[in-house]
Amino acid sequence: MSATVATDTRPLSRTEMAARVARDIPEGWYVNLGIGMPTAVADHVPLDREVVFHSENGVLGMGPAPAKDAIDPWLINAGKQYVTLRPGGSFCHHFDSFAMIRGGHLDLCVLGAFQVAANGDIANWATSENDTAPAVGGAMDLAAGAKRLWVMMEHTAKDGTPKLVRQCSYPLTALGAVKRVYTNLAVIDVTPQGFVVREVAPGLSFDALQARTDAPLIDERAG
Amino acid sequence: MIDKTVRTMAEAMAGIEDGATVLVGGFGAVGQPNALIDGLIAQGAKDLVIAANNAGVGHTGLARLMELGRVRKIICSFPRSSDPVVFETLYRAGRIELEIVPQGTLAARIHAAGAGIPLFFTATGAGTKMAMGKETREIDGRTYVAETALHGDVALVEAWEADRWGNLTFRKSGRNFNPVMAMGAKLTVVQSQHIRALGEIDPDNVHTPGIFVNRVLHVPYGDPSGF
Repeated sequence: MSATVATDTRPLSRTEMAARVARDIPEGWYVNLGIGMPTAVADHVPLDREVVFHSENGVLGMGPAPAKDAIDPWLINAGKQYVTLRPGGSFCHHFDSFAMIRGGHLDLCVLGAFQVAANGDIANWATSENDTAPAVGGAMDLAAGAKRLWVMMEHTAKDGTPKLVRQCSYPLTALGAVKRVYTNLAVIDVTPQGFVVREVAPGLSFDALQARTDAPLIDERAG
Repeated sequence: MIDKTVRTMAEAMAGIEDGATVLVGGFGAVGQPNALIDGLIAQGAKDLVIAANNAGVGHTGLARLMELGRVRKIICSFPRSSDPVVFETLYRAGRIELEIVPQGTLAARIHAAGAGIPLFFTATGAGTKMAMGKETREIDGRTYVAETALHGDVALVEAWEADRWGNLTFRKSGRNFNPVMAMGAKLTVVQSQHIRALGEIDPDNVHTPGIFVNRVLHVPYGDPSGF
């Protein structure tokens, strides 16, 4: 597979991926960022662009992580990390917090995933049917409930196995939910026709991207 | 005079029976009723069904209750933690039942119990393992899964302030599941960091009205720590 990839290919770093996702989030959106890689997206939304970040444990209007000497032990996010609250932020209980999610009030949720299928199916909570202790958390609520679901993930698994697939083989989180995928190699929309490529990482050819993707890709890059 | 405050842990735990379904508030360590969980450990009830977001950390609290073999089943959304050794050991050995519920569905099922709603439909989990064996219905072109109310015999709750009528406030992200659990059980027991005189909590700021609360124990527990 490496033979098909130009030697000067430069995949996006995680920081660059987070910045790329952040660029597409407009002022005024209510946004939930999943645990793990997506959490870093908030660091790349400038504070003067008012985006309201939601956390499942009843925090609306989350701000950046606190300085070490300014930690509030009563203020954590769903990843159980200490956070801050921006002016205008508020707290609510879990039923109301998930009404925001399940009632379609969030403009966007960004989740990590093990697999995304060309029809928008997402698998992100268990890697086999016999997982020792399956743990779903709020992933199914977020995937089914937000107005838009974007996925942010590496383009392939560590061993090179494609994560953008014709059909998910892992247990599903939600059917037909994903609208857009940001990987370290490309930005890809999920459309009724399948995966449509909008951007490719510097130095990577479309054919090389296709070689790292199980499902067929449609090339609609700008310019 | 209505006075829901109790003076001792033994009074707070009185009457919790073997086989009870116990709803436990908290998310991570924040808003978790640690003193009441310890009280339940001392009280001795067994064959319990626990409904909570998590399945305990390390060897204290919920994890200790499980380690003592007192929990028959846990209903939660996320049994993993920084140290889930007790749960995982019991689960692998087949000594504890696990019912995984999406976090929002867990809150909704307990809220439904509190609100007199026996059954409701949600899009969460449609087409996934969570929908297996459950009724589904197509409404306006979308598939929804039927979920049932989850009733507690007992709820254990941590509040920031309480008065003798059982009106409660919570602190920041310590609110989480607590008001939901308080609604969903026949017997709601609260540990509160502060006890206020009746009328001292601004009525506009009561988060859980006293009608949902049965017993209040003053536990100035201090800040949460450890996840």
